[in-house]
Amino acid sequence: MEAFLHQLVSGLAAGGIYASLALALVMIYQSTHHINFAQGEMAMFSTYLAWTLLQAGLPYWVAFAATLGISCAAGMLIERVLIRPVEKAPVLTVVITFIALLVIFNSVAGWVFTHTVKVFPSPFGAGLLPRNPFMSPHEFGSIVVTLAVLVLLYAFFRFTPLGLAMRAAALNPVSARLSGIRVGRMLALGWGLAAAIGAVAGMMVAPVVYLDPNMMAGILLYAFAAALLGGIDNPLGAVVGGFVVGVVENLMGAYVIGTELKLTVALVLILGVLLFKPAGLFGRAVVTRV
Amino acid sequence: MPLLPKIAPAPLEPTLGRAAMVVLLLAVLCVLPFVLSDYRTFQLTQAVIYAVVLLGLNILTGYNGQISLGHGAFFAIGAYTAAILMDRWGVPYWATLPAAGAVCFCFGFAFGLPALRLQGHYLALATFALAVATPQILKYRKLEDFTGGVQGIVIMKPDAPAGLPLSQDQWLYLFTLAVAALLFLAAWNLLRGRVGRALVALRDHPLAAESMGINGSLYKTTAFGVSALYTGVGGALGAIAVQFVAPDSFLPFLSISFLVGITVGGLATVSGALWGALFIVYLPNWADEISKSAPWAIYGAILLVLVYLMPGGVAWMLPRAWALVLRRIRSRGGAGPGA
Amino acid sequence: MAAILEVSGLHAGYGAADVLDDVSVRVEEGGITAVLGANGAGKTTLLRAVCGLIRRRGAVRFAGQDISRAQTEDIVRLGLAHVPDGRGTFLQLTAEENLRVGAITRRDRAAVAGDMERVFGYFPRLRERRAQQAGTLSGGEQQMLAIARALMLRPRLLVLDEPSFGLAPLVVQDIFRIMRAVNEQERVSILVVEQNARLALDLAGEACLLETGRVVLSGPAARIREDDTVRRAYLGY
Repeated sequence: MEAFLHQLVSGLAAGGIYASLALALVMIYQSTHHINFAQGEMAMFSTYLAWTLLQAGLPYWVAFAATLGISCAAGMLIERVLIRPVEKAPVLTVVITFIALLVIFNSVAGWVFTHTVKVFPSPFGAGLLPRNPFMSPHEFGSIVVTLAVLVLLYAFFRFTPLGLAMRAAALNPVSARLSGIRVGRMLALGWGLAAAIGAVAGMMVAPVVYLDPNMMAGILLYAFAAALLGGIDNPLGAVVGGFVVGVVENLMGAYVIGTELKLTVALVLILGVLLFKPAGLFGRAVVTRV
Repeated sequence: MPLLPKIAPAPLEPTLGRAAMVVLLLAVLCVLPFVLSDYRTFQLTQAVIYAVVLLGLNILTGYNGQISLGHGAFFAIGAYTAAILMDRWGVPYWATLPAAGAVCFCFGFAFGLPALRLQGHYLALATFALAVATPQILKYRKLEDFTGGVQGIVIMKPDAPAGLPLSQDQWLYLFTLAVAALLFLAAWNLLRGRVGRALVALRDHPLAAESMGINGSLYKTTAFGVSALYTGVGGALGAIAVQFVAPDSFLPFLSISFLVGITVGGLATVSGALWGALFIVYLPNWADEISKSAPWAIYGAILLVLVYLMPGGVAWMLPRAWALVLRRIRSRGGAGPGA
Repeated sequence: MAAILEVSGLHAGYGAADVLDDVSVRVEEGGITAVLGANGAGKTTLLRAVCGLIRRRGAVRFAGQDISRAQTEDIVRLGLAHVPDGRGTFLQLTAEENLRVGAITRRDRAAVAGDMERVFGYFPRLRERRAQQAGTLSGGEQQMLAIARALMLRPRLLVLDEPSFGLAPLVVQDIFRIMRAVNEQERVSILVVEQNARLALDLAGEACLLETGRVVLSGPAARIREDDTVRRAYLGY
């Protein structure tokens, strides 16, 4: 029973990471209808940034906040400079642009920081929590942090004028312009927020999987699965999907197929959703006019 | 939103000029192994192999508009098929090629069926997932008897047939060149005729094409199968050339380098496969001297540059650059003595 | 009387071809101008050009300012509210959120709340449905919501594209009645594009008729309404 609970908790902790990354993917998809293949590598790069700041002696939460800020700014810059020009371009062109970003982030990280695996500290301490023999402080802290991020985002979008403007811009850009919303800025801000969320995911997962340039590839795949499962245009769905994928992946890995084929589970999930329920559990079925 | 940039497929009609160029190219390629070192011949073999792979990918993505980020998987299947046949069942190397082709055709066709429902980003996503999952599947313990697990399988490079005074590398190169030439001829024949036009029509105006009687599903799944076949044959040749297969040779970056190759070489062209192959074989060699990570950073940068400036790739640019040069020469000649 | 909107010599279109050819329209301050014409005459194109959504050349002046080169977002902030054809409702937002979007560029938060009450006064049905997802509203309610959203801007000029489209006659009457009330009570000028000529001419003070991108007739609505031959030839009744 204890082992099962432990797997469940690990699954939730991992799920929080997937949920965050999936949310970043959904945010970008909602506003641009593009899938950001580079989301994982951007998160990885942000984590290296945090590591550099920590190495320079900054206290953890200061480095955390600074990384969020820099990642947000970088995300906005990338949108403005690289993504805006190909906004209306054919799909293959856009896919190639994202792949190019993926490749550049990965290789520059490998070049600047080398491929030597690095230890990334957890701010929550090691060992086990006093009353919980099956949950480590980091798992607990990770779940709390990701939930906090999600709640803050929800509040931002639901209750602030800027959040409303961003939602409007994503839902109906022309009507948004007719209400005076500067849609371009909203897009850039969306990218900035997505980059910041990715940074949080990276910093929460790095203590567990250790920091190296290829750490996010598998995680990105799970995030894709989660986003698709929840409905690629549904933020709440992405979050639910993330936790579901995390728990399922962990339980299947522990009890059914062993840890070796976990990525195949993600692949099967992705193919399954795309083929049988492309709108996901919560998304809207998209009907295109012929 | 259109799937591909409006790049018209390259003209493939047989003209005297083109035929002459092909003959010249083949002549040069046949002579090279005798003037280059064994290692350089080996590199050239790799380039020819990748040319076959890129041609396969171009049929699917360039001509038919189905974006695949997962062709590394078919490359791996072809390679493993060849290795398993040679290692476990002593099949001669040349016989593994049709087997690899057939196996990959089946896998490609099978993947092409669900791919019918996926478009653009979603197909890219599904194939990307395939690419990421492939190394893990290859390492799976339960399949170890077949795949050799993490260590992979080691095979022997073939000797030249009795009597010919060629080194292993030279023979393998010529063999690969012959296979490639056949495959290129077949593809060229296919693409310049009705099939090629149907593929492009399905890419650009799928509804109009279908309403004109083109069986979209059949063409698209077959395109997937054929594309996988070419890539699989390339994989088999690659396994033989490198003499082993192992899961870590087939990482997602391999699939991405294929995409880089056809983009640089030229989408919807046949010659683009050659340019792209040269690019992805020789650039890392040159860039490696700067830094181990440099090749990929350069790939990324070049992709971005191409995307914004020259989406048609090298194959698109060359004839235009050549025409520009010709025009300059002619105008200079005309304005010369009399001016 | 000053004109709130003056368009002269407007050429506009999509892609390479021009749809509008040398169009001139005028809306008096506090007045209502109707733009009539059959399908394809260029009425929607005219409104889009005025708001800067498509490429245009010619002179467009709003409240004395030249907006012929301005961006849509800036034109809106000058006080021009456009209710597009198809209403442009944010279907996944609630009715109330739609209204808040309408006011999103305004700085005076307190007045916005007051305006929402006033708008509910015009459209009581919306008050009942304020927390409902806008996509679940009926066509008539969505049209009211779209007009209400535009009013939340506290515009000087309200531009409407075919407000009667696809709506039941009673609902349409309601909407036109409210448009007149808004014009009279709040001094909001109106430029309305309509296929329903009778309704439009009853409401408007000035009118003009577009035919394949050109203005073929313009003047006081009363004259156009009374003119039998003109009416029959161009308006079909």
